Amino acid sequence: MGDQSKPETRELAALASGARLSRRQVVGLVAALAAALVLPWFLSDYRTFQFTLAIIYAIAVLGLNILIGYNGQFSLGHAAFYAVGAYTAAILMDPGGVAYYWTIPAAGAVCLVVGFLFGLPALRLEGLYLALATFALSVATPQLLKYDAISKWTGGVQGVAIIKPDPPFDLPISQDRWLYYFTLVVMLVMFVGAWNLLRGRTGRALKAIRDNPIAASAMGVNTALYKSLTFGVSALYTGIAGALGAIAIQFVAPDSFNLFLSISFLVGVVIGGLASIPGAVFGGVVIVFIPNLAEQVSKAAPWAIYGIFLILFMYFMPTGIWGFIRMLYARFTRGRRAG
Amino acid sequence: MDLFLQQTFAGLAFGGVYACVALAVVMIYQATDHLNFAQGEMAMFSTYIAYTLLHHGVPYWWTFLLTMAISFAGGVLVERIILRPVEGTGVLNEVIVFIGLIAIFNSTAGWIWEYTIKPFPSPFPKETLIPFKFIGPHDLGVIGVTLLVLAAVFLFFRFTPVGLAMRAAAQNPDSARLVGIRVGWMLALGWGLAAAIGSVAGMMVAPIVFLEPNMMAGILLYGFAGALLGGISNPVGAVAGGFMVGVLENLVGTYVPFIGSQLKLSVALVLIVAVLVFRPSGLFGYVVVKRV
Amino acid sequence: MALLEVANLEAFYGQTQVLRGLSFKLEEGSVTTILGANGAGKTTTLRAICGMVRTAGEVRFGGERIASRATESIVRYGIAHVPEGRGTFVRLSAEQNLRLGAYTRRDASGVEEDLERVFRYFPRLKERRRQQAGTLSGGEQQMLAVGRALMMRPKLMLLDEPSFGLAPLLTEELFRILGTISRERQVSMLVVEQNASLALGIADDAYLLETGRIVMSGKARDIGKDETVRKAYLGY
Repeated sequence: MGDQSKPETRELAALASGARLSRRQVVGLVAALAAALVLPWFLSDYRTFQFTLAIIYAIAVLGLNILIGYNGQFSLGHAAFYAVGAYTAAILMDPGGVAYYWTIPAAGAVCLVVGFLFGLPALRLEGLYLALATFALSVATPQLLKYDAISKWTGGVQGVAIIKPDPPFDLPISQDRWLYYFTLVVMLVMFVGAWNLLRGRTGRALKAIRDNPIAASAMGVNTALYKSLTFGVSALYTGIAGALGAIAIQFVAPDSFNLFLSISFLVGVVIGGLASIPGAVFGGVVIVFIPNLAEQVSKAAPWAIYGIFLILFMYFMPTGIWGFIRMLYARFTRGRRAG
Repeated sequence: MDLFLQQTFAGLAFGGVYACVALAVVMIYQATDHLNFAQGEMAMFSTYIAYTLLHHGVPYWWTFLLTMAISFAGGVLVERIILRPVEGTGVLNEVIVFIGLIAIFNSTAGWIWEYTIKPFPSPFPKETLIPFKFIGPHDLGVIGVTLLVLAAVFLFFRFTPVGLAMRAAAQNPDSARLVGIRVGWMLALGWGLAAAIGSVAGMMVAPIVFLEPNMMAGILLYGFAGALLGGISNPVGAVAGGFMVGVLENLVGTYVPFIGSQLKLSVALVLIVAVLVFRPSGLFGYVVVKRV
Repeated sequence: MALLEVANLEAFYGQTQVLRGLSFKLEEGSVTTILGANGAGKTTTLRAICGMVRTAGEVRFGGERIASRATESIVRYGIAHVPEGRGTFVRLSAEQNLRLGAYTRRDASGVEEDLERVFRYFPRLKERRRQQAGTLSGGEQQMLAVGRALMMRPKLMLLDEPSFGLAPLLTEELFRILGTISRERQVSMLVVEQNASLALGIADDAYLLETGRIVMSGKARDIGKDETVRKAYLGY
């Protein structure tokens, strides 16, 4: 691959693997960030709320993507981790009295442990079997949450209500806008964290396990430990999203943490773009807005339209929205260079 | 003891339906190396087609055969037209298409036939010749039909050249092409057969749970679980798994005190997963020797 | 008219071009070998003939153009490909593997005859006919792959590095059998090999491939005596 000792070669390699950002990429990132900061000023409170949800789901999708896209495992059960995060936040706030911002790291910590513990037996299961196990988790979650014995804390069928936080320092913005920015900040922290994690040795180890677990293990990678930890980290991200979701919706109730939520996360991962951090953002947007769009197309059978959308996405963007954008960008720049 | 036997047989009856679904699942798996999650919804749709035929006065067994034929054709079409563009683009992409298919079939059925629960007739006589204490005639019929279908599938895969070709095409499509097997059509055939088997499952279960768009969801799950429990690579094992799941579900619901019908599903699944942790290829499945 | 005629064949993996305009002929009843180092494009040549990679250029078999057809149609013209890595159906039995070779044939008695013949060439396969093919040794799987190709009663056999991963004694035996098959059954063969001396031993004609181009061609015994070939490929 050329002379490895030359700095230019190392630079190219770093760019290719995503470890460093090219100048164009940095510019793109800054532009996107600017757009995100300015967005609420152009939107109603309700739309802002929808985008807040999109950001929250993007964090959850990133969590699942770390597990599926970068580490090659699978889960149809992430609604459970989302629920754990949400209930952790809810219970800490009421009756716990903890301020909403402290619930975020708390939810993350709890989910890290829960995810890791789930990841241990999951080591024994591959592919289909893991799918079934996580499927079972999703199906069980609403039932477990309604379970009488713990309803003292979980509120049983009715769930727990949460008070919407006010903007700090008496800032003159609406609660919805404040929540948007709060969520945005958390998202940026989480995404930068993921980028950092995935571009270094850990990321390479994860990808090695995904691509060839036998070879990875032969090279000295502790596959079992990494895989379980990845489950934990993935759950951490989803749990933090759950906590944010609870705060944004001001309410946690068992039936919303169901199989459909897990499936939505999966849809977000694949349509956004497998093994891609920017893809997670698109994934979040898709989860929030595609069902709305489908309903506008047909009131009578909206889910049929949703299904058609999913299939069309897979036909025309098999590498996800982010993969599609990258392809367009490559075509565009190649055209310009040639012409 | 009476209760135990009764629940066991009731479980076997429902297990027959699960076994049928499990068989369809294994069928597709043997043919395509993938699991078709949309199978339940397709079976439900087939059952609605049967319902429409019956309402137009077509006698039952003619409806049965016609529905199987239509389902077969539908399965082939779904594979050739809808699935073909994503074949080879990765398992996850196919999963998303399956999810889309589920949404389409479910929503369309609700749109055409509405969500009201409809009764569906059973072809079996109201009373058996020899009255059997624990199990009714329809349930016996379901078990019988399931075993018949299993036998047909087993013979097909084991003894016909097409069956062998289908298995080869699923396991190693490149090599299959090199011996002249038209792999694409083998996939389509697999889907057609699975759709036909699914329609049988639907027509067997509808008299018990009544016909409505969401009737197959839980059943599909149990069918999958049964297939995995028995071993996804083994049709006989899958059928056995289906029966076992039926019995398990019923016994858990009856005997485990604090679990109502709601948690029944979760507990059954947890038990199955526990089995899989200890025997990852299922009870009767075999491990494929892998040369690295 | 030669049995196989290849003209200006190019082949691509995605955007990468691997074959850069090959032209050669294979006469009916003859054994031709393509030699070359790793990465020269030998495997790609066979795969291109079978339509398994994106190609440009012309391939004619028995006068018919086969270049743009699907693999499963091409093989039905009478071409049997023994692929790199053997392509065994690992979960099926040895006998099922062999019978799959006869999938496109309609003459049941001919198929049984050929099965017996394969067992005569490879007695070890007869012993292990019911064994799961994935559990056979490398050498046995190679024999199985050749046997499966024979079951097609092909006019042309394409063999991709049959010596790969086999012990020397075994490869000598395999090539001896290949030579026998070629003479007895009048099967033309196109053998791609890194092991030049073995291949030249049974071939009539030889081509040398380097980075997707033919750099030398001629009769096998002449190629075998060539100084550069001896030094680079035969080790003396």
